[in-house]
Amino acid sequence: MGGHSDTPLIVNGKRIDGRELDELRPITIEAGVLNRANGSAYLTWGNNKVIAAVYGPREVFPKHQTDPYKAVVRCRYLMAPFSTEDHGRSGPNRRSREISKVMREAFENVIIAEIYPKTAIDIYVDIIEAQGSTRVAGLTAAAVALANAGIPMRDIPIAVSVGKIDNKIAVDMMKEEDNFGQADMPVAINPTNKEIILLQMDGKMTREEFSHALDLVYSKVEEIHNLQKEALKQYFKKSSASMEENGSSVRVEKPIEQATENFTKEIPAEQQ
Amino acid sequence: MVMVIDELKKAAVKDLIKTGKRMDGRSFDKYRDIVIKTNVISAAEGSADVTIGKSRVIAGVKLEIVEPFSDRPNEGTLTVGADLLPTAHETFEEGPPSPESIELARVVDRGIRAAECIDLKSLVVAEDKVWGVYVDIYVIDHDGNLIDTAMIAATAALNSMRVPTYRDEKVIRNETKPMKLTVIPTASTFVKIGDKIILDPSYAEEIVADARITYSVGDNMLYAIQKAGSGSFTRDEVMSMLDRSFEQRKYLLSLLEKV
Repeated sequence: MGGHSDTPLIVNGKRIDGRELDELRPITIEAGVLNRANGSAYLTWGNNKVIAAVYGPREVFPKHQTDPYKAVVRCRYLMAPFSTEDHGRSGPNRRSREISKVMREAFENVIIAEIYPKTAIDIYVDIIEAQGSTRVAGLTAAAVALANAGIPMRDIPIAVSVGKIDNKIAVDMMKEEDNFGQADMPVAINPTNKEIILLQMDGKMTREEFSHALDLVYSKVEEIHNLQKEALKQYFKKSSASMEENGSSVRVEKPIEQATENFTKEIPAEQQ
Repeated sequence: MVMVIDELKKAAVKDLIKTGKRMDGRSFDKYRDIVIKTNVISAAEGSADVTIGKSRVIAGVKLEIVEPFSDRPNEGTLTVGADLLPTAHETFEEGPPSPESIELARVVDRGIRAAECIDLKSLVVAEDKVWGVYVDIYVIDHDGNLIDTAMIAATAALNSMRVPTYRDEKVIRNETKPMKLTVIPTASTFVKIGDKIILDPSYAEEIVADARITYSVGDNMLYAIQKAGSGSFTRDEVMSMLDRSFEQRKYLLSLLEKV
């Protein structure tokens, strides 16, 4: 931060990878990529590669973390040792612990935890390759993994970064822009009510630049959210197709009320 | 751990805020009393003891000769640490740092670093030898808003820093020269309770808050933001709190410059 590079980040109005100031890197999302997890997603964002997994609601270990009124949401963001140019130490560090904390708080905003008291919902975000703005890529992926796990949520949040490079406000900071730019600001938004659930910033911005940066964030909410929805649709299309192949159908044959009625009938009266 | 008294207090604090009042009678945009003392630790190169209401933080600055970072060979280094001492609160425990203490250190670090308020280039003493500036934040009493308390303590300690002499590969600690910050960044923390937003939350207000946000600012310049908590903010709220932070800066600076 603070312009420690002599190399310009904007040449002829274009950024070093040829993008416009308001242009995102290409994003792909695939839901349901893991075998054991209750929900998962694989996301690529430029050269960032992220695997997000959700386990739960499940029993809480260690037990003293149990909340009798709601599910505890736990989040662990981690960068793989091979994800960056220099070899990183494996395991969490101070940076990753802080990111895990703010990411957990963002998800606490959307997860309807009261439905599952005394349980834990664990969110694992693994950055396999890092090329700038990994926490927003991770949060966007984890939101899809949560939906894929069938966790009830008020919204599927999106996240994106904005920043300042060569005195211009730009969206989606890549590694070089983060390292040598003048400001970096990751933001997570609930697409439905447009409220901000994660906001961090460091660098130098005037009030006007900050306001413009928020404009850029809001202009990208729908684009990213549509990719999340598409990934989930594709997952359900695929799984229903494979179930039909196996001779089973995903269609609910009986209305739920009727199903529960049958279920209660099977229980002997003295146990009810 | 569930504190019974805290749980009982929650409803009272919330109901009061709804009617536009606070437990200690403050307006929504007012700090508790702030007291700043500097040069409280003679062994340290810079130090400050700061209270906001009943929250109290001691910050110490120590300077050591270190090797510069390979990507910044011409600059001294800055390291900020924070300890939430068990003296400060019943939930603070000895052991590995909690996410809260890591966050506190990193938020103060970013506020100071982004402001570029320490002339790190002037801290080079020889080839491959620079001053490493270590700021340690000791939270000794907790009644809410530790970030602003720590930020005032860290900046006041840094502004009172005296750089020792380095001669013939020796550190001479009794031969010093002062080094002022080029700008003093100030931090203002707000919490949202229901749809109300209040400055400088006390501990009771913090535990009922839905969301928290800290702005580190300079003169008409934003340096750092940290939002925390499971609540959310609207765009309008985020903009208006930035304006309130610029407003509070005048007051905080007047206190810091008096020291």
